[in-house]
Amino acid sequence: MTEAKPATTERLVDERLVLTYFIAALAYMTISMLAGMLMALQLVHWNPLRGLELLSPGRWRMVHTNAIAYGFLANAFLGALHWAIPRLTLRPVLDRRLSWFIFVAWQVVVLSTAAGIVLGPTLQANSPGLAALPFSLGAQGVEWGETPTWIDPLALAGLLLVAVNFMAPIIKTPGPLYVTLWYFMAAFVWTFLTYAMGNFLPQYSLAGTSAGAVSGLFIHDLVGLFVTPLGWGLMYYFVPILLKKPMWSHGLSLVGFWGLAFFYPLNGIHHFLYTPIPMFLQHGAIISTIAVEMVVTTVIINFFGTIWGSGRAIVTNLPIRWFYTGMIFYAITCAQCALQTTLTFQALIHFSDWVVGHAHLVMFGVFSMWLLGIMTYLFPRIWRTSWYSQNLCEWHYWLSAVGLAVMALDLTLVGVFQGYYWASLQPWEVSVDGSVPFWMVRVFAGLAMFAGQLCFFYNLWATWRLSRGVAATSSPRPSVATRAPAGT
Amino acid sequence: MFESKSGVLLVGGLGFFLFAFLSNAVVPALLYRDLPEATTTELVAKNAQVMYQFEELSNCYPEQFKKYFGEPTQENCAKALELGRQIYVNEGCWHCHSQFVRPVSREVDRWGPVARTEEYQNVLQRPVMFGTRRVGPDLSREGGRHASDWHAVHFYQPKLVSHGSTMPDYPWLFDGAPDRPNQRGLAIITYVQWLGSWLESYPYYEDYQPLEIERPEAPAEESAATPAEDSAATPAEEAT
Repeated sequence: MTEAKPATTERLVDERLVLTYFIAALAYMTISMLAGMLMALQLVHWNPLRGLELLSPGRWRMVHTNAIAYGFLANAFLGALHWAIPRLTLRPVLDRRLSWFIFVAWQVVVLSTAAGIVLGPTLQANSPGLAALPFSLGAQGVEWGETPTWIDPLALAGLLLVAVNFMAPIIKTPGPLYVTLWYFMAAFVWTFLTYAMGNFLPQYSLAGTSAGAVSGLFIHDLVGLFVTPLGWGLMYYFVPILLKKPMWSHGLSLVGFWGLAFFYPLNGIHHFLYTPIPMFLQHGAIISTIAVEMVVTTVIINFFGTIWGSGRAIVTNLPIRWFYTGMIFYAITCAQCALQTTLTFQALIHFSDWVVGHAHLVMFGVFSMWLLGIMTYLFPRIWRTSWYSQNLCEWHYWLSAVGLAVMALDLTLVGVFQGYYWASLQPWEVSVDGSVPFWMVRVFAGLAMFAGQLCFFYNLWATWRLSRGVAATSSPRPSVATRAPAGT
Repeated sequence: MFESKSGVLLVGGLGFFLFAFLSNAVVPALLYRDLPEATTTELVAKNAQVMYQFEELSNCYPEQFKKYFGEPTQENCAKALELGRQIYVNEGCWHCHSQFVRPVSREVDRWGPVARTEEYQNVLQRPVMFGTRRVGPDLSREGGRHASDWHAVHFYQPKLVSHGSTMPDYPWLFDGAPDRPNQRGLAIITYVQWLGSWLESYPYYEDYQPLEIERPEAPAEESAATPAEDSAATPAEEAT
């Protein structure tokens, strides 16, 4: 891998764009967390805003997931890609103006998704003109694809532009390419295809059980073929740079990528086990899920092989700590996955909060952690300063990591309880009453995670003021970075 | 191939994706290609139970019903079902309620027959509402288990009839009071009553006959009388 000198990267990387993407991402994370909090409060009977149509927990639950997937993750990924790809290929993206256009277009997509989900049904119910429309302004009935149908084409066009913009420098680079770029290239193709498949087929061309199979593929591919390859691609880029040594094994990198590429897309139906989808397809999905977990193990081994001998970096280097914590959560997630897709296990835990815990572990524990780590590394680099407060960085990390760990453990546990409540044929209310104490713990775990982000935001603001040469008002004690002073 | 652009793009990106798509999506689509996809009109025409419920709704809330749907005709019932499904999707009902009964975990005892493919082969399952989470119970056999006015109160404020429920209130499905469901309220109740109405296990009601007599003007008594019938009509309310 070639890391160009700062003098040339100035020309390559549009740092303001990276920053802007990150700030947008963090704004959506805030919205997502508040929306999640609303649903969490509803579940423990503490929702102070009951009965307000525009604050309906049902609608905001969809904002919660969509804001984290398309608002936080997509924006943060795009920011990180604008940093990594030009540096890896030593070429700028296709066109800077196009980059900014994509940025604006994507915010339009995300904001209109939120507006559609929250306002759409209300507008349509209260205006005869809108009610006459042949489609719903509100959410679409595809999990993780609730983006209203009228936004889907725009989102798809955006994804196409993203692919074109980033593929231009990659195509010009003489091969063979570094691991990161395999993941990125494949992700551009996959994300586009996945989005098209999941949002259009179950809506327009398939009904019933086969549409269920496609929805399963979509749920799974969105995580597996959009989020996962971009996440791992960035890890293969940032971890060697921060540790100042190459990946432990190139061979294992190959196994990891090709194993994921082959087995991951075959998993989709495991989201709908015991449905009327033909049983042999369910079995196929289960077997390939277990295959994926073996592949994942090789990737984890590769990364832990890389840090072997530099273990202290986990203590001293905060971005590395974020990354490796994410990887540990990833290993846990995948171990869960191999268990929970077996039919025996599935009978008990499906439909329960086990799955919700699993989803938080993946989306926050792994990918958000990685991206927050990348931000922790890049913000001060771009602002050419050090963090205003190393302590606040630590608080950000610990509140996020511990909050998430508590939430995941709590939901996993209550999931098992719920499974047994249901199988025991006790009245439904018993399972709800029994879950409430766990859901209360979840509220506080969520508050801790939110508090972590608030530390981050304050730190960010203060660091920005530092970078502008304005001394922060209270105790300006710019800590010297204890981490490795950024790889070159 | 393994580190080249064409290998990654064509084999990994495109090839493997298509392979998965063929085996996981095209195969079931082909398996079920002979199962016709029913339209909403067909669903209503073949289904006396849902028509019974729709007419029952018009008896319960004559003024509101007249205002928003007019007469309880099949055509209006189809309209209500489509709107009801849209509300079910837009309000996120499907994130806390599933619509399939599994052959495990004693779900048959709790809810009724295991889900079969034919049940989902209609436009109201586009996109399919299987669901992945149950905060509340599965709804695929919910129709007929509670009377429509139970549902009305429950949508208005679930805690009034279901102790400890964590379901949000939906007062915007009403014109100010639980006995005044608006168009959306009537539609979502119709939709919920439709779920499972195609099965033999649907709670027993007398055969549906279109009403011939004009009802006297006594709407208030009508809706007050129904809760008493409710308990008799729903013996299967949560098996214990």
